Amino acid sequence: MEKICGLHCTKISNIGVTFGKDIILKDVSIHVHCGELTVIIGRNGAGKSTLLKAILGEIPHTGDITFVDKKDNLAKRIKIGYVPQHINIEKHMPTTVYDLFASCISHVPVFLKKDKKIYEEIKEHLKTYGAETLIDKSIGDLSGGELQRVLISIATKGNPNLLILDEPVSGIDKNGIKDFYEIINKLKAEYDMSIILVSHDLELAKRYADKVILLDKEVIKEGTPETVFSSLEFKNRFGEL
Amino acid sequence: MEVIYNILEAVIPFEFIKYPFMANALVAIILITPVFAILGTMIVNNKMAFFSDALGHSALTGIAIGMILGITNINVGMILFAVVFALALNYVKNKTTYGADTIISVFSSIAIALGLAMLSQNGKFNTYSSYLVGDIISISPTEILYVFLAAIFVYTFWYLTFNKLNVISINTTLAKSKGINVKKIDNIFVVLIAVMVMISIRWIGILLINSLLILPAASSRNIAKNMRQYHLFAVLISLFSGIAGLIISYYFNMGIGPIIVLISGAIYFVTLLGKKK
Repeated sequence: MEKICGLHCTKISNIGVTFGKDIILKDVSIHVHCGELTVIIGRNGAGKSTLLKAILGEIPHTGDITFVDKKDNLAKRIKIGYVPQHINIEKHMPTTVYDLFASCISHVPVFLKKDKKIYEEIKEHLKTYGAETLIDKSIGDLSGGELQRVLISIATKGNPNLLILDEPVSGIDKNGIKDFYEIINKLKAEYDMSIILVSHDLELAKRYADKVILLDKEVIKEGTPETVFSSLEFKNRFGEL
Repeated sequence: MEVIYNILEAVIPFEFIKYPFMANALVAIILITPVFAILGTMIVNNKMAFFSDALGHSALTGIAIGMILGITNINVGMILFAVVFALALNYVKNKTTYGADTIISVFSSIAIALGLAMLSQNGKFNTYSSYLVGDIISISPTEILYVFLAAIFVYTFWYLTFNKLNVISINTTLAKSKGINVKKIDNIFVVLIAVMVMISIRWIGILLINSLLILPAASSRNIAKNMRQYHLFAVLISLFSGIAGLIISYYFNMGIGPIIVLISGAIYFVTLLGKKK
């Protein structure tokens, strides 16, 4: 992956989403720089997940997302990696880590054969996250922490410019969550990637974020963790932390 | 067809194969059951059993439309109806944020009622009752050709898009982030199920068609450890149930469809016992 340079920037401008007559998001603009962790917080129903889906283009929205390379100041096509909060799995299901990973990056149908080259490529990439031994395990049998490693590994394959993570809320213990943040810290320090995380754990958000955005249908407050967490707007929504 | 008959006669140690209708039925089963088995793998993964059940029921209306158009064979009207119904059902299912099962049930009931109403006009429903359980020994060589073409179509689609379907079934947003056109692939998938159901309904029957989609895949899911095993076991189970069903029903003079389903049902419970711990 490319090394961090601080010269790339993702501009998310004036995102608006409406479902029927309901305004879900209004005029949301966010700038993220590479090597920076931006954490989005907000109550349930504040539109956090909707914002992610809009950025990924899964739901119709207004506004746009541009990726700018400051070296030449040109807008480029953005590559986005995404780590979902929840995936459709069951214990012992016949989808292995290889099956899921290969399905994401290859056209060789995974029901036909295991492609040796792709298998090695995946294993190599999983190694970065200490997950190479999981490659033949069913994704339904992984622990919460293991699953996160695999999902982050899948999301970062292909060097995305922007990594979007929806923090897991269930099925993962305190250590697993800490582990998760450690990985993000490492990614942000070592790779040329902007990171947006939707967080449900305010304590950890405060500890690890470079920038916090308080969302409630629109950007209510943004800035350093200290600024946002001590703001009146924050206290009105979450009380004292 | 002559060549196939000769091969079958040489290979199969049962006297029934001398009858062309039995040979036809056997060929049809060998063609149809694996297609349903592989479609079933994703239906089961996506928890769409009820959805595909509704598609099966919609075939009744499709048949009625076919009858009204005056052609007894598979025809464009039926296929068109299947496509429209599948797309509408999929659209509504994805739009509803709560109780998708309710809306599917509404669609399903209407499709059955509409089909029954049309077919029962002038008290003629008895003529069509074979559609409920199917009648595979009535399949003709031309119809086998249709089934063959449909099977090739499904296999091609499966080869080209299975990986995408697989990611979509795990998480649609993840699929989107990997550049997969989720809506398009999902729609093609349901249309394919609907068309395959519509083409096979005369021989498999409305009451049994969903079991052919669900049971082999569900059984395989109990014991398979990866996608390759999942497909392989599903196909083997469906072929075994189909062929054994045909043979048993011949010697005991019972309906083929129900026997096939009973065999796959029995296999399901066996695999449940052997379920991975």
